[in-house]
Amino acid sequence: MKTEDKKRVLREMVLHRRFEERCYQAYIERKIGGFLHLYPGQEACCNGVMEAARPGHDYVITGYRDHVHAIKCGADPKEVMAELYGKETGSSKGRGGSMHIFDAGKRFMGGYALVGGPFPLAAGMAKAIQLKGGDEIAICFLGDAANNQGVFHETLNMAALWKLPVLFVCENNLYGIGTSIERSTAVIHQHKRVAAYNIPAAECDGQDIDIVYEHARKAVDHVRGGNGPYFLELMTYRYRGHSMSDSRGYRSREEEEIWKQRDPIFLLRDRLIASGDLTMEAFEAIEKETDAYIENEVIRFAEESPEPRVEDLDKYVFADRETQRPWLTGKAA
Amino acid sequence: MANIMYWEAIQRAHDEEMARDPLVICMGEDIGVAGGTYKATKGLYEKYGPLRVMDTPISEGGFTGLGIGASFLGVRPVIEIMSVNFAWLAMDQMFNSAAKVRYMSGGQLTAPCVFRSAGGAAHQLGAQHSARMEKVFMGIAGLRVVTPSNPKQAYGLLKSAIRSDDPVFINEHELMYNMKGEVPDSEYFHPLEGSDIARAGTDVTLFGYNISVHWCLKAAEILDKQYGISAEVVDLYSLAPLDREGIRKSVSKTHRAVIAEEDEAPVGVGSEVIAIINEECFFELDAAPVRVHSALVPQPYNHTLEKAAIPDHEDVVKAVLKMFGKV
Repeated sequence: MKTEDKKRVLREMVLHRRFEERCYQAYIERKIGGFLHLYPGQEACCNGVMEAARPGHDYVITGYRDHVHAIKCGADPKEVMAELYGKETGSSKGRGGSMHIFDAGKRFMGGYALVGGPFPLAAGMAKAIQLKGGDEIAICFLGDAANNQGVFHETLNMAALWKLPVLFVCENNLYGIGTSIERSTAVIHQHKRVAAYNIPAAECDGQDIDIVYEHARKAVDHVRGGNGPYFLELMTYRYRGHSMSDSRGYRSREEEEIWKQRDPIFLLRDRLIASGDLTMEAFEAIEKETDAYIENEVIRFAEESPEPRVEDLDKYVFADRETQRPWLTGKAA
Repeated sequence: MANIMYWEAIQRAHDEEMARDPLVICMGEDIGVAGGTYKATKGLYEKYGPLRVMDTPISEGGFTGLGIGASFLGVRPVIEIMSVNFAWLAMDQMFNSAAKVRYMSGGQLTAPCVFRSAGGAAHQLGAQHSARMEKVFMGIAGLRVVTPSNPKQAYGLLKSAIRSDDPVFINEHELMYNMKGEVPDSEYFHPLEGSDIARAGTDVTLFGYNISVHWCLKAAEILDKQYGISAEVVDLYSLAPLDREGIRKSVSKTHRAVIAEEDEAPVGVGSEVIAIINEECFFELDAAPVRVHSALVPQPYNHTLEKAAIPDHEDVVKAVLKMFGKV
């Protein structure tokens, strides 16, 4: 990555971190309902991969820890926050919530709440790309625990069999809800499981964005080059619990501190300071500007936006209801 | 009008739609090189090639999800699930992804895919190959469920389902693929919502769908000839949504209703139709509506036991005669 890009990405990662921390606060204040899964600690994963890919052009899909992936693809943070507030101006018009952020215009194809569910959907999007002949790729971001679902194996088999242009990114944060990977999974290093399907795979440090980026470039080039699927495993850690209802009783504070020593934002910040491309004052200014933006624009937009109308409760259930196609009723034919 | 078989009608609908739109594809187990277990995709592999006629591995959850994902980008997959019993493995993707994606994305994504599957008891296929599962599919918001009772519907419903922007589940029947019937020579789209009056009558309405329409028609014939009872037969080809207006109209005319279904009784088309009758036209009734249904047992293998578990036209006749106080 060029220095200018690194500085831009640092600013984005600060936004991603602060956005999520602000969600935490809003949840405590009961402005946000339902389940809330936060991303702090894993920022280098999404950012490193998407810097190597083409946000807004490539199709991206993920699980329920989805706010940052949506924003990285180009979704407006204001609309993402409005969605968390359940407002009509939200990215899914208040019908989705935290686990179902969508921005089809930016080719962010959604967050899904069934663990592993997006695997075959991603392969299907890749199938559509293959049929249409475009140069896009499909990128599926999921956690390590999703790999214990049957569709993981079914999808890898089909993706390899049909040489589909899909990149699987495994953000291995070592926990599936509240169970550690050692206690749930016979193979810790997930890329080893993929070898069985003749899919090239790599594992790397998911905290250092330079390392993620270098590995992701190889992965993206492979997939975009028409060579079929690729699996990239990023070793990472989530600072918060699985969701807000999680008190992290299944792991030690010492372990958390060890990971925080290698914080993805601070790693990049310190590298830029060491090379003389950034000062600590400039970084602190970025943090302040970000907080001001979140408070004055993002939160304000969410607070001031209208609720969906109850009369529209069943809007969006059926597409054909809205268009009244002849094949729905036969009457207009 | 051509007189063709149910499977030929399905094959023709596939062929016409695939010839028209390069984004219509079909996928499933043994549908390509092998031509399909029930021949419904015969000849398509040779004509459209492996990219559009996909022989899938035996991974129902995986390939169903793959088809749904492709549909997000405008591909229109017709996904064959060889037997409806195997659809249990695909339901997560059908229900959680296809049926809900439009709503939970605020209308941004749609899943215009078609799921076709053979359901129903055939001949001694045992507990895990004889299920009727329409009761499971018809209660899912965002999913359309249709079930053809004849070749014309099989052709026209598949044509409409492929054109529909909503996910559609088509419940076929293992015993009906070789049934013959008239299908229009010109292109025909059967409506995805509503019901058909298969036979007009005045004294009692017999509601059926898929194979039970034929029990009802046979029963109506017997009731007319032997007992002088004029039965109307309503074909509920759309199970989701059910045709409230069609149900109300017919019962308001005949004042009596019998619902025949091959499915087991607790929870199903029968209970839903009776609920609709109660809600729409309770005071039009001259008798309590009844349902004719299968026994609540895993389908037995033994021929005699199997026959005892599943109703037929004689059970429909008996139910009507009892309603009229004639037995």
